Amino acid sequence: MNLRQLTDHAGEWLRGAGPHSEIVISSRIRLARNIAGYPFVGHASRRQQLDLLDRCKNEVMSGRLADNVLWVDLVESTDLDRLLLVERHLISRQHAQAGAELSRAVGVGADETFAIMVNEEDHLRIQVLRSGMQLSEAFDQINRIDDVLENTLDFAYSRRFGYLTACPTNAGTGIRVSVMLHLPALKLTGEIEKVRRAARDMHLAVRGMFGEGSDALGDLYQVSNQTTLGRTEQEILADFQNTVVPQIIAYEQQARQALLRQRLSQLDDRVWRAWALLTNARVMGSEEVLGLFSHLRLGVNLGRIDRVDIRTLNELFLLTQPAHLQKLTGHEMAPAARREARATLIRQRLNDR
Amino acid sequence: MGLKRKCDLCAKDAVHHEVSIIKGQKVEKHLCEDHAAEQGVVKSFTSHTPINELLTNFVKKHSGMTTQTEIVCDNCGMTFAKFREHGLLGCPQCYTAFDAVLSPLIERAHEGATHHIGKVPRRAGPGEQRQNDLLLMRKRLAEAVAAEDYELAARLRDDLRKFEGQPS
Repeated sequence: MNLRQLTDHAGEWLRGAGPHSEIVISSRIRLARNIAGYPFVGHASRRQQLDLLDRCKNEVMSGRLADNVLWVDLVESTDLDRLLLVERHLISRQHAQAGAELSRAVGVGADETFAIMVNEEDHLRIQVLRSGMQLSEAFDQINRIDDVLENTLDFAYSRRFGYLTACPTNAGTGIRVSVMLHLPALKLTGEIEKVRRAARDMHLAVRGMFGEGSDALGDLYQVSNQTTLGRTEQEILADFQNTVVPQIIAYEQQARQALLRQRLSQLDDRVWRAWALLTNARVMGSEEVLGLFSHLRLGVNLGRIDRVDIRTLNELFLLTQPAHLQKLTGHEMAPAARREARATLIRQRLNDR
Repeated sequence: MGLKRKCDLCAKDAVHHEVSIIKGQKVEKHLCEDHAAEQGVVKSFTSHTPINELLTNFVKKHSGMTTQTEIVCDNCGMTFAKFREHGLLGCPQCYTAFDAVLSPLIERAHEGATHHIGKVPRRAGPGEQRQNDLLLMRKRLAEAVAAEDYELAARLRDDLRKFEGQPS
């Protein structure tokens, strides 16, 4: 498998399937792990970084995790390839943008359900991604990966602080559970602040889709746990499964029903305007596209439009991002040319149907 | 030691003297009373510091309110001040080295939690001993390589491999 094969389709997490996929776009779990006997990444010498990379590569590529794993050396890859991996949520921006002086890589499962970043902030950042609300499945998978790795790797651990991580805010379980939610109705009815406040009270973080510091483009919000010490992995998961996500889903559904009852013509107007723009515009910025996709996605989910399906929208959502667009057209483009290519791609895909 | 040292930062006589070993290098610090206070360095108890100032310094120190320039991790050379600046520790040993000042921060960040109760790695064995042994062995190996003592390095590497291969 190579990077080229990743380009022309959306990964597992954007299948548009899975429970509650009308609101829950994806479920993600990551574990932070460090190998005992080495300094953390920020303090490791060049030699130690390479040593860590070698050891992790051996484990990740041993065939014990999956038959087919793609290994990408991030120092040797191009800016465009690194950005492609960020857009697919397979590496973090931080991992993509670190300089050539930091030896680092990522191992990606062929079905893109898992990615293992090596030498990010911690030696290992294991991540599992699933479409819809599939936190239990994601946890089972990541726990299996962790078990396989710890058969041969000694993870830095203390009885008191659990798994030891470079940043003490991740110590303990080292687990970060996140769900990406599409909340257009709560945004439209101005109730999104309520969700933010409720999440804050539960010590959860609400962020944009690319994590810390990113805006909630396309009405996509990422909710994740902040505390990792003093609670078991199962307790942290249970919060999401039994309380947080069901509650937010219920709020969003109520807001959607209210829109249908009280503001139907405004809702339809938004949906059809989005359709009109997406099928006719000649120049499209990526942020504008995300906003229009959000309205269209809401329209499809509420049965207000049937000219497109969620899977196509999800694919376009990914393919219209800068790196994917350039990979797809086969050449690098300046932003102005990208805006034209983006509009053309969307017109073709939507009008073809 | 008959020579009186001047403060590193001004012309006054130094009253605070500190020697630390960072990555095998001896690092000396000499500060006058004012600069020592400015850097939050607690002076020797033999001086006539009023008791309330001692207490304030103690509280400050344990609530992490001051830059802890004097705390250094022996294993990786990370200082607590540097950790406060970047938020990232240098190595697993930093958790032990900075225990007194780090624990309250961890507690605050994790809603008052002080102890891990989740998954335990199978190879953790009876606790931290194995990990500490590993750290020590790797450190010795790095020192042997740095000193170009390849015979010793080869022996240490074999020991290390044998140790890592052992089921705990």
